[in-house]
Amino acid sequence: MFLRRPLIFILFLTLAGMLAGTGGAASAGDDYAAERRLLMEEIRFDVSLTAVLTGRKSFHENVLDAMNRVERHLFVPLLLRPYAYSNRPLPIGYGQTISQPYIVALMTDLLDPEAGQTALEIGTGSGYQAAVLAELGMRVFTMEIIEALATSARSRLENLGYSSVTARWGDGYDGWVEHAPFDAIVVTAAADHIPPPLVAQLKAGGRMIIPVGARFMTQQLVLVEKDAQGGVTTRQILPVSFVPFTRAH
Amino acid sequence: MPLAFAISLISASAIAYEILLMRLFSIIQWHHFAYMIISLALLGYGASSTLIALARDRLLPRFETAFACAAALFGVTSVSGFALAQSLPFNPLEMVWDPRQLLHLLLLYLVLAVPFLCAATCLGLAFSRFSQRITTLYCADLTGAGIGALGIVFLMFLLPPDACLKVISGTGLVAAALVFVERSDGRRIALALGATGLILPLLWPGTLTAPRLSPYKGLSQMLQTPGARVLLERSSPLGTLTVVESPRVPLRYAPGRSLLSGNPIPAQLGVFTDGGGMTAITRYDGSRETLAYLDSQTAALPFSLLARPKVLILGAGGGSDVLRALYHHARQIDAVELNPQMLELVERDFADHAGNLYDLPQVQTHEAEARGFAARSGESYDLIQLSLLDSFTASSAGLHALTESTLYTVEALRTYLSRLAPGGVLAVTRWLKLPPRDTLKLFVTAAQSQEALGIGDPGARMALIRGWNTATLLVKNGAFTVAELEKIRAFSRDRGFDLAYVPGMRAAEANRHNILARPYLFEGARALLGPGRQDFIATYKFHIAPASDDSPYFFHFFTWRALPEFLKLRRRGGVSLVEWSYVILLATLVQAIAASLLLILLPLKALKRQRKIPAPPGARRRTAIYFSAIGLAFLFMEISFMQRFAPFLSHPLYAIAVVLSAFLVFAGLGSAAAKITVERFGLRGPELPVSGIVVLALAYLFVLPPVFELLMPLPQAGRVAVAIAVIAPLAFCMGMPFPLGLRRISSLTPELVPWAWGINGCASVISAVLAAILAIEFGFTVVVCAAAALYVVAALSFPAGPQPSRL
Repeated sequence: MFLRRPLIFILFLTLAGMLAGTGGAASAGDDYAAERRLLMEEIRFDVSLTAVLTGRKSFHENVLDAMNRVERHLFVPLLLRPYAYSNRPLPIGYGQTISQPYIVALMTDLLDPEAGQTALEIGTGSGYQAAVLAELGMRVFTMEIIEALATSARSRLENLGYSSVTARWGDGYDGWVEHAPFDAIVVTAAADHIPPPLVAQLKAGGRMIIPVGARFMTQQLVLVEKDAQGGVTTRQILPVSFVPFTRAH
Repeated sequence: MPLAFAISLISASAIAYEILLMRLFSIIQWHHFAYMIISLALLGYGASSTLIALARDRLLPRFETAFACAAALFGVTSVSGFALAQSLPFNPLEMVWDPRQLLHLLLLYLVLAVPFLCAATCLGLAFSRFSQRITTLYCADLTGAGIGALGIVFLMFLLPPDACLKVISGTGLVAAALVFVERSDGRRIALALGATGLILPLLWPGTLTAPRLSPYKGLSQMLQTPGARVLLERSSPLGTLTVVESPRVPLRYAPGRSLLSGNPIPAQLGVFTDGGGMTAITRYDGSRETLAYLDSQTAALPFSLLARPKVLILGAGGGSDVLRALYHHARQIDAVELNPQMLELVERDFADHAGNLYDLPQVQTHEAEARGFAARSGESYDLIQLSLLDSFTASSAGLHALTESTLYTVEALRTYLSRLAPGGVLAVTRWLKLPPRDTLKLFVTAAQSQEALGIGDPGARMALIRGWNTATLLVKNGAFTVAELEKIRAFSRDRGFDLAYVPGMRAAEANRHNILARPYLFEGARALLGPGRQDFIATYKFHIAPASDDSPYFFHFFTWRALPEFLKLRRRGGVSLVEWSYVILLATLVQAIAASLLLILLPLKALKRQRKIPAPPGARRRTAIYFSAIGLAFLFMEISFMQRFAPFLSHPLYAIAVVLSAFLVFAGLGSAAAKITVERFGLRGPELPVSGIVVLALAYLFVLPPVFELLMPLPQAGRVAVAIAVIAPLAFCMGMPFPLGLRRISSLTPELVPWAWGINGCASVISAVLAAILAIEFGFTVVVCAAAALYVVAALSFPAGPQPSRL
C-alpha cells in the first residue's frame, strides 16, 4: 500500500515534466507570422539594451525586417517546429545547431550589411543565416563541411527561392578564392584560431564575425575588421551588457 | 565467512561501479554532470534502507534468497542501467533552454539508482540479519570497498571502461553465489549462479555498453568531417585517448595563432582525451622551417628573450611545445607528461609521423605529474613552460573532486619559480575567457607567490600579452631589462598581439589590436599590483583570489554577488557568464539534501504505522544525529586528506587510489577491532576512538606540511609508504564509531538498524558534495576541523542504553 504513493508522485512528476516540455507545442498554432513578429519584438527590445555595449550607435532596422521575412520554422527539424520562434538555439542534427535568433541578429548587425555586397559564410548549417543575408540583398557564398547538411541546406535554399545564395560542400579554412574578396564573412563555429586565409579574403573595410563558445551557449562574438590600409584588428564583444568591475573613481 | 566475502565483493563492485560510471559519463558527457548524476544515484543507498525497513519481516527470514536476488540484480542492472541511461536523449548543454532536459535528468537518476539500491540492499540486509556480527561484516564492507577502489584503477589500465563494466556485472552474480555456498541445499544454486557470473560478462553485446558520445563533443564533431577516422584508441584511468586522422580536411591545431601568420601548418593527427580537449601530433621531418607556424602563437613569447635555453615543458601532450622549443634552438628540453599512453603515442605508435621527436638527443621525456616533477627536480631551467595545461582533476579519474587542481596554486607557482636559473622565465599560457577570469587569477597568484619568496617588486618581473583567445604570462627570475621589454613589444606588434602588462607600460599601449570593451586585463593587472589589490579582488564579479593548496580551486570563479546580475541577463546571453560547475555543485547538494530527507523520513513514517517505533525516548533523535554526524565526518576527513596528500604523492591517481584504499582498509580493520574494545574492555561508547580521531586529525594539520616538505625527495614508493603510515591510525579510529553505534541500536531497537544505515548512506552522499563546497569557500583545514567537531557531536549523542552505560 505504502509503496504506491511515491510511485504515483513520480508518475505525476513525469507527466508534469512532459506537459511543461510540450507547452510550447500546444501554443504553436499555424500562424507562424504572428509568432515571428513577436520574436522580432523581443529581439528588438533585448538588442536595445545591449546596443551601447556592442559599440553600435543604432541597430540596423533592416536586419530585423530581413529576419522577419525568413521562415525559421522551415530551417529546423520538423519535430522542433513548435519551438522555431522561441528565442533559443535548436539542434539540427550532426551535432550542429541553428543559433539563437538574438545572436543571429547581433552577428548580422555587426557585419554592417548592405545590399549588393558579397558575403562568405563558413558553416552553412541549416542555411538560416545565409537566408537572412540574402534577404538583406547580399550575394552569399556559403560552405558546409558536413556533406549531409551541405546537401540539405542547398536544396532548402533553392526551394525557398534564395537564388542569390550559392551553397556547396567544402572545408572553409581556405575560404572561397574564386569569389574573393568579400565584404563580409561569417564563420559559424570558432576554431582554436582564426584562419589567416579568411582574413586575407576580406576586402579593405570588410568585416568578419565569429561566435565563440560551446554549442547552445555563445560566450562572445569576435569581429575582425580590415581597415582601408589593410590593417587588421579584432573586437571582442560580449553578447550581453556586462562589466566585470565598477570603474575606480 | 562466505557471507563476509560476498559482502566484500558487493562492496568492491559497488564502489568500482561508481568510479567506472564517472569515467564513462566523463566520456559520453562532461564530468560536471557525471558528478551530479552519480552522487544522486548513490542515494540508492538511502533508498535501500527504506526498502528494508518496509519489508524487513518478509526479507529477513529468506535472507539468502533476498541477498542473492539483490546481488544478481545489481550485476544485471549495472550494465542494463548504464545502457538505458545512455540511450536517454539527455543533453546538458540544452538545459537552460529546454525544460524537458530536467525530466531526462530525473530519469537518469532513477535508472542509475537501481544498481546502487540493489548493492546497498545486500549490505543492509546482512547488517540487519547479523547485527551481532556487525563489526566483522562492516570490516568486510570497508575493506571490500578499499580493494574495489584500487582494483578498478588497475583494471582500467588493462581493459577499456566498457569491458570493466561487463566484469562488474559478473561479480554481482558471484556474490549471489557465495551466500548459498554454506547451505547444504544451496550448492547447486551456488554453482549455477557462479557459472552465470563468469559467463555473463561475455554475453553482453558490445553495442549496449560502448560509450555513445554526445554529438556536441569535439571528437564527435571531428568525426563528422568527411574522411576523418579513428586510427587508435588507448584507455586508462587517466582517460581514453583517441587518435584521429583527417586526410580530406586537414586538421590545423594552432591555438591563438596570429591572424597575420602566413606559415603553413604541417599535417597533424588529433588526439582527444575522453572525446574532448584535443591536442595534436604534428608531422615533423627534421626540417626546422616547417615549424615556423609555432612562432606565431602567444606561447612563443619567452623564446624572443632567450638564446639556446634549457627548457622544462610541463604537460608535453602531443609535442607542440617541444617542437616550438626545437624551432627556437633549445639546447636541452625536458618534457614532462602525466599520461604514459600519451607519451607512447608520440614515442612509439606515431613515432615516424612525429619524426622520432622524443628520441632526439636534446629531448628527455619524463612520465610524471608536472608540479611533483618540478618539486623533486634538482635542476634549474632557463624556461619553464605550461601551455594550455588544464590539470588532470580527480573527477576525470572518477572520484569525488569537482575541480581541485594543485597546478596553479600559490605554492605551486613558488615551486616553479624556485626552479628558474638566474634570468630564467616561467611562461604560462591559458585560453582567454571573457570577461577575464583565470588570466587575472593567474596574474595575482604569480604576484603573491613572488612576494612569498621575499621579492619586493613582483611587477618588475612580470609581463602579460594576449591574442584574441590566448594569453601568455611571463614571470622572470630577475627584473626585465629595457632591451627585453623592447623585444616583448616587438614580438607582440609583429604578430598583432596586445600588451596587457609590462613594467612601466602606458595606458595608451593597451587594447590596440584585439580590442575589448575596456582594457580589462591592463586595468586588472595594474590594480592587482597596486595597493588596491584586495579591494579589486573583493569587488570583481568573478572569484579571482589566488588558489592555495588548502583550497585548490583555481577554476572556481563563481561569486554570489554577481549571480543576480547574471540571472537578470540570462535571456540575452547572460547564461554564458555563469560559472556552471559551482551552480551544479550547489544544485547537487540541494537535491541530495531533499532526497535524503525524503528517504530518511519515509521509513520512519512506515515504522510508525507498523507501531514498531521503539520505546526509549530520544532514541530516534540520537540515532539520527549520531549516524548523520559520522556519515558526514568520515567523508569530510577522507576527502580532505586526499587533497592534502595530492601534492605529496604528486601523481593524482596514486593520491586517490592510495589514500582512498588506505582509509577504507584501515577503517575496516578498526571496525573489526571495535568488537574487541567492547568485549575485552567493556567500552561501549565511541569516546576513545573519537578522541583519537580529533587528536590525530588536528595534529596532522600542523605536522603534515613540514613533514611533506622534508620527505618530498623520497622515491614514489617511499612516499606511498609514508602516506599509508600516516593514514593508518586515523582511519583505524574512524572505522569504529559506525559499528559501535549499530551494535548499540541493534541491542536496543533492531528495527532502527536499516534506518540508521540509510541515514549514514544519505549523509555520506551529502558529505561528498558539501566537503567540496566548504573547501571552495573556506579551505580543507576548515573541513577537517568540521569533521573533528562532527565526531565530537556524534560521541555526545551516542544512543543511550537501557541503563546508563557506566555504572
